[in-house]
Amino acid sequence: MLAYTLRRVAMLVPVLLGMSIIVFMIIHAIPGDPAVIILGQKATPEAIAELHASLGLNDPWYVQYFSYLKNIAGGDLGTSIQTKTAISKEIGPYLAATFELTVFSMLFAIFIGVNAGILSAWRRNSWFDYTAMLIALIGVSMPVFWLGLMEQWLFAQHLNWLPSIGRVNARDPVESISGFYVLDTILARRFDQLEDVFKHLVLPGIAMGTVPMAIIARITRAGMSEAMASEYIRTARSKGVHEFMVVYKHALKNAFIPILTVIGLQTGMLLGGAVLTETIFGWPGIGRYLYSAISARDYPVIQSGILVIAVIFVCINLVVDLLYAYFDPRIKHR
Amino acid sequence: MSEWLEVNDLKTYYPVKKGLFGRTSETIKAVDGVSFAVRKGETFGLVGESGCGKSTTGRSILRLAEPTGGTVLFEGQDIMKLGKEELRRQRRHMQMVFQDPLSSLNPRHTVGKLLEEPLIVHGLGNSSERKRSVREMLEIVGLPAGFASRYPHQFSGGQRQRIGIARALIVRPKLIVADEPVSALDVSIQSQVINLMQDLQRDFGLTYLFISHDLGVVRHISDRVGVMYLGRLVEVADKQDLFSRPLHPYTQALLSAIPNANPDAKRERIVLGGDLPSAAQAPSGCAFHTRCPYAMELCSKVMPRMVERERGHVVACHLDQTGNEAIRC
Repeated sequence: MLAYTLRRVAMLVPVLLGMSIIVFMIIHAIPGDPAVIILGQKATPEAIAELHASLGLNDPWYVQYFSYLKNIAGGDLGTSIQTKTAISKEIGPYLAATFELTVFSMLFAIFIGVNAGILSAWRRNSWFDYTAMLIALIGVSMPVFWLGLMEQWLFAQHLNWLPSIGRVNARDPVESISGFYVLDTILARRFDQLEDVFKHLVLPGIAMGTVPMAIIARITRAGMSEAMASEYIRTARSKGVHEFMVVYKHALKNAFIPILTVIGLQTGMLLGGAVLTETIFGWPGIGRYLYSAISARDYPVIQSGILVIAVIFVCINLVVDLLYAYFDPRIKHR
Repeated sequence: MSEWLEVNDLKTYYPVKKGLFGRTSETIKAVDGVSFAVRKGETFGLVGESGCGKSTTGRSILRLAEPTGGTVLFEGQDIMKLGKEELRRQRRHMQMVFQDPLSSLNPRHTVGKLLEEPLIVHGLGNSSERKRSVREMLEIVGLPAGFASRYPHQFSGGQRQRIGIARALIVRPKLIVADEPVSALDVSIQSQVINLMQDLQRDFGLTYLFISHDLGVVRHISDRVGVMYLGRLVEVADKQDLFSRPLHPYTQALLSAIPNANPDAKRERIVLGGDLPSAAQAPSGCAFHTRCPYAMELCSKVMPRMVERERGHVVACHLDQTGNEAIRC
């Protein structure tokens, strides 16, 4: 297992290097002079030339790339043009907000999706199966922003059960320690506030988790149908294993690889920032951070934001690969 | 106790659903009224072509396939009447060895876990006792005890089938239904596994229901043999009787197809015309009449009953009941 892990981690190096090159190139391909953007349209040519020299923009591209690489490696993601603060400092809370929402959405998606898929496969062609798969089909095809708006209209405005905007009641802000409000409120022993934080998570969480839930349900049903028809399931039954254990222990573990793949991809996508959902629900996450940077042409933020998201995506894929080996011992021997 | 396992009129039908509303348009009669008895400690061989229902018969007896009708008396207890929980507990005494040892062993579990699970399920022994009996069992089937930490894919076919046998045997069952246990193995490995199964039968006092399409293997291991055709038994006899004096034309055709090691031996090979008919539309009367070289008018109309022609030799055929045709041997 250790050798497999090391091999997988070693494979990250070329991936990350390639990614940094692509991000670097994209920014250079975008028209516009960074010096002009930083100094403004009315800057004098002398000032621009001076900034060019101090930023190293006159150097050949490979020199620029290596100094860029050196900065990233040292944890320096650049400075935001808008706020004039170090990106590495201000990006943290946004990431934490997105991360918290993603975890909540994915827990919802996995719990409902996997169980619905299992039940559908176990009772194939029953009314439950048909209903669940119809809902899954609707869930996959429904635009997330529309679902979000409908949720707000029904549960926030009409029924007034849940708050529609933000991470916590604005009049009683959470004292941020880690940036994860669930954790922060528990650490501060503010359980009334914890409840409030959970209430704020419900609507955006469900809106964001619906598509992953539907995809997971469909993949689970397909994988479980196949696993339930296999010989070792008959063996397990012939041993006298309880049906619940047959399904959840023997079949699910075998059907879990494609489910895991989908969970990994969906988690990566949600962590990349669901711009629409975060905007609708006023969620101060990475998606909105990037969105505002794009509107303000804040190139350093865009560049670093994309890089951070890409790194997260790669890391999740690493975790998924390592989990593959746990669920299928055959993988690590290949 | 002679009639230790008694199968009476066992039927397992599968509906075939077609069309938009899933109407049951036809029924596949995989097993259609099979009756036989197995004595304690013997090996009962069940042979027939692929698709004749021999595997389904084996599974239906253990209720791994739910039978449509009939009774199965195991030590006087009707297996068909058992509730879910009772059946689960009963499984301890009736185990199955499957054809393909790789697909029948959960690829995600180590051999140790695979072997230990039945013990956990049936609450046999504590953790250290279970671990010990796993090691013992591996050694009994001729594998090093250290193999417990490996996964099924790391073994050869023969080793896997030994694991499959160990898995079945670890709860010390009384009956083992072996469904084509050696057909997936090389011939040289087949004999090892067959010999192992015979040793185990002697040591543990097992009763085997041995399902196979390989007449050579069945001849070697069985005490009595049943021949199946299209969901029905056509002939049951002691091994010697069946192989030396087959009475049913289908059995005769099957036996004539066994390759002979002596190239000079002149034998007439009975080649059956046509294919195995569909189990969904079984021929009327005797199911074999479409391919039988001796078929008479009667055969297509009346289904022959199982009749004890000689002592312990039961056959379902109209032939000498009407005396129309002498039976060739």
